[in-house]
Amino acid sequence: MSAPTRTPAGAPSAVGGPGGRIGDDARRPDGVLKVRGEFAYGSDLWMDDMLWGVTLRSPHPYARIRSIDVGPALAVPGVHAVLTSDDVPGEKVYGLELADQPVLAFDVVRYQGEPVALVAADHPDTARRAAARIVVDYDVWEPVTDARVALGHPTWNQVHDSPAEVTELSRESADLHPHGNLVRHLKVRRGAPAPTADVVVVGEYEVGMQDQAFLGPESGLAVPGEDGGVDLYVATQWLHVDQRQICAALALPPERVRLTLAGVGGAFGGREDLSMHVHACLLALHTGKPVKMSYNREESFFGHVHRHPATMRYEHGATRDGDLVYVKAEIYFDGGAYASSTPAVVGNGGTMGIGPYVVPNVHVDCYGAYTNNPPCGAMRGFGSVQTAFAYEAQMDALAAELGMDPVELRCRNAMEQGSTTPTGQVVDSPAPVVELLRRLEAMPMPPAVPTGDDVDLRDMPGGVSNTTHGEGVRRGVGYAVAYKNVAFSEGFDDYSTARVRLEVVGGEAVATVHTAAAEVGQGLVTVEQQIARTELGVEQVVVHPKDTAVGSAGSTSASRQTYVTGGAVKAACEAVRGQVLELAQRGVGRPVADLRLDGGKVVSDVEGIALPLADVLGEEVVEETVEWRHRPTESIDPETGQGFAHVQYAFSAHRAVVDVDVELGLVKVVEMACTQDVGKAINPQAVIGQIQGGTAQGLGLAVMEEILVRDGRVQNPSFTDYLIPTVLDMPPMRVEILEYADPHAPYGLRGVGEAPNISSGPAVLAAIRQATGLPLTRVPVRPEHVTGT
Amino acid sequence: MRLTCTVNGTTRQVDDVWEGESLLYVLRERMGLPGSKNACEQGECGSCTVYLDDVPVCACLVAAGQAEGREIGTVEGLAPPGELHPVQEAFLEAGAVQCGFCTPGLLVATDDLVSRSLAEGRTPTDPEIREALAGNLCRCTGYEKILDAVRLAADRMAGDARQPGGTR
Ligand code: FES
Ligand code: FES
Repeated sequence: MSAPTRTPAGAPSAVGGPGGRIGDDARRPDGVLKVRGEFAYGSDLWMDDMLWGVTLRSPHPYARIRSIDVGPALAVPGVHAVLTSDDVPGEKVYGLELADQPVLAFDVVRYQGEPVALVAADHPDTARRAAARIVVDYDVWEPVTDARVALGHPTWNQVHDSPAEVTELSRESADLHPHGNLVRHLKVRRGAPAPTADVVVVGEYEVGMQDQAFLGPESGLAVPGEDGGVDLYVATQWLHVDQRQICAALALPPERVRLTLAGVGGAFGGREDLSMHVHACLLALHTGKPVKMSYNREESFFGHVHRHPATMRYEHGATRDGDLVYVKAEIYFDGGAYASSTPAVVGNGGTMGIGPYVVPNVHVDCYGAYTNNPPCGAMRGFGSVQTAFAYEAQMDALAAELGMDPVELRCRNAMEQGSTTPTGQVVDSPAPVVELLRRLEAMPMPPAVPTGDDVDLRDMPGGVSNTTHGEGVRRGVGYAVAYKNVAFSEGFDDYSTARVRLEVVGGEAVATVHTAAAEVGQGLVTVEQQIARTELGVEQVVVHPKDTAVGSAGSTSASRQTYVTGGAVKAACEAVRGQVLELAQRGVGRPVADLRLDGGKVVSDVEGIALPLADVLGEEVVEETVEWRHRPTESIDPETGQGFAHVQYAFSAHRAVVDVDVELGLVKVVEMACTQDVGKAINPQAVIGQIQGGTAQGLGLAVMEEILVRDGRVQNPSFTDYLIPTVLDMPPMRVEILEYADPHAPYGLRGVGEAPNISSGPAVLAAIRQATGLPLTRVPVRPEHVTGT
Repeated sequence: MRLTCTVNGTTRQVDDVWEGESLLYVLRERMGLPGSKNACEQGECGSCTVYLDDVPVCACLVAAGQAEGREIGTVEGLAPPGELHPVQEAFLEAGAVQCGFCTPGLLVATDDLVSRSLAEGRTPTDPEIREALAGNLCRCTGYEKILDAVRLAADRMAGDARQPGGTR
């Protein structure tokens, strides 16, 4: 069968304009399509004879399925197929790290919104009406909705080496999965087992469930192939890990499950797990027709994992001079009904859970639990966002206790190059934590709280609702610093594949870069072009559509693609360049010193040679495919958490300035400032865009974003009730980028996307605490937390 | 039902439109104009912003029938084929496009704001820009570069307007 009429974008037409090498503000190759409305997102794909697929989801967070009757749905005119778990030909469960999640529920549903059945019809409304006629008979059970209860850990301050007898739960709900309710327990043990200190602060913290809220919904188009296989065009983050899971579910070999990336409308971790992928393929194979699935906003809230809510208890001990002596932490992540990436989230939360500080004695227990809440998994910042709220609040509390300036205390204990982390890893590249904080301090402050007659309501908390003219408004300033691992950790074989071709087209040398690395909006396609232009000295670089016809690029997550796929593209370009230089020397008839590619020519300054690349290449097509790995990491010791777990760290710091109407509890963030070390800014404009966007998501979690879950049920699955920052909520931002090269990374670069998402929220919290004098241990802060009502 | 309206200057007629279909659905699924995006279908995100007789509206909230006989302008019609409108150009230059899902709606909203300001002989102030774009969610950019783009577009269009033969 042919490709979709409206084809996935990032298409071969993605040719960049002139210029745009490493370090330039190069333009996106997909930008023109995007501003014209011609870029084909997953939800835009279309074929003449396609059907629409919809999902029937469980209304209950926990129930046994007694029976499913699809007859009434099949009887609806226009319906082509109704499928249940019985129609899944291969593995009935899937998952990123643990295969524990049903493709379609069988026997038991474990969260509200779990997919139970599928319908394909000729109009989306027909499919929806038919789905509503499927009769599912449920035996409803009481859901387990608290991570600590699920693990039988009702009290703090214990080491729960194994899950205790779960006594508080009814018999049938005691264990949600055969292996119990514990997904992972990570321990970090360093230094003395029972340290003491002059000054001790203890705090308990809670972070709510955040949604990625990408604007482009889960969507894609599955097209049955003549070979009995399927072509899936889908908006996703990692084509090959999708392919692996789809193949297992469909019982098909990889060559018959071909994936192409459709246009992606944001991801932020929410597309790491499968959503409609297998479902659309099942319907397409069953009906023999192309099937499109596209979630609406409400379904999207049920259709992807969220950021883990966390409850945390921290104890910090320090000398009177402000030197940290010890940190103890207990961290609970609620993983919801299925594992998703909870094990790796626990890995990050545990190994980096005390922040970028040097502490001789560390005792961390980090748990991930199954409950009947919505499944939680990857979201930007991945296990480091939650802990940063806690450890940075602790640093402020400790500073207050010591009568010290909070920035001073942080600088005194800051990690630097050569420091040892709590997991025993020596930081072997720049770690400019002190400089990040000092530069923030040195930035000018915004004007004071406006007062008097000329108050512009738009500058006030509450805005034009006219809630205050400055009465009761208090200014607060807060600082936070954070760090996070870049790329995959704990011994994961983390690699990317790049195929680079150089040939003459229309008299000009043109490079083509082919990787499977998902472009989700961050601008990797631009970076791929910049690297190829830099390494091959050509102007024209085509970015091939992202698909599974080339090897895996790994996930677009963990701030890793510019590093790892960037590294692969660089290596493939170098291999191509080696061949071209060979060709040139063959042409010259002898070895030439100091040959390089530049400006469309093969150049030797030493020998005064400049041969047009097009002449050197002639009819030759030079192509190289390279699999590239960053240096290996190690798994950590299960008892002590010690090991070389992370390949690189990213550091960022924020200063937040807020005005709080303490009578109404309304917060206006007046300014955000961020400093971040990026090693090398491959595309400064895009780097700043990442910092600004990450800052916004951190601010959102700090003051407004939460999926409210009551008794396992989501209360606010819409943009009416789940609020993300608008342009009115976002203040002006100051951004300063540092470029201290990491000698281990390509071009010295550091992953950028996540760090600013981690330090921004805690800075906002610190500022609100300063303005109000309240401890504010729960995130997001709501007006009632400020007013105490 | 049958629907007839003018879209981007061309008269369009579609048959078999269902009761309950939105203008957004008709544009995207029946007219082959998927540039206007669907991110909420509740009037909350602005991704579907189009001109309805010169007034920006959320196409997801407009019943298809309400568009009968009216003039619709979408992102696809902002510039002639092969050209870019100054607002489009400014969004690209300022780096205001990441995933781009919010972009079509923002372009229409920005074009409206800037045109209205220029008609009053001025460019929009920052608070005016924020107010005008408050109904357009963007999850990627944190809005800073969108503000840059709007300022840039306004300045360019103001400059062009002063020159004979300039845009708009
Ligand atoms: S889709 Fe119309 S406002 Fe969101
Ligand atoms: S660029 Fe992605 S939503 Fe705005």
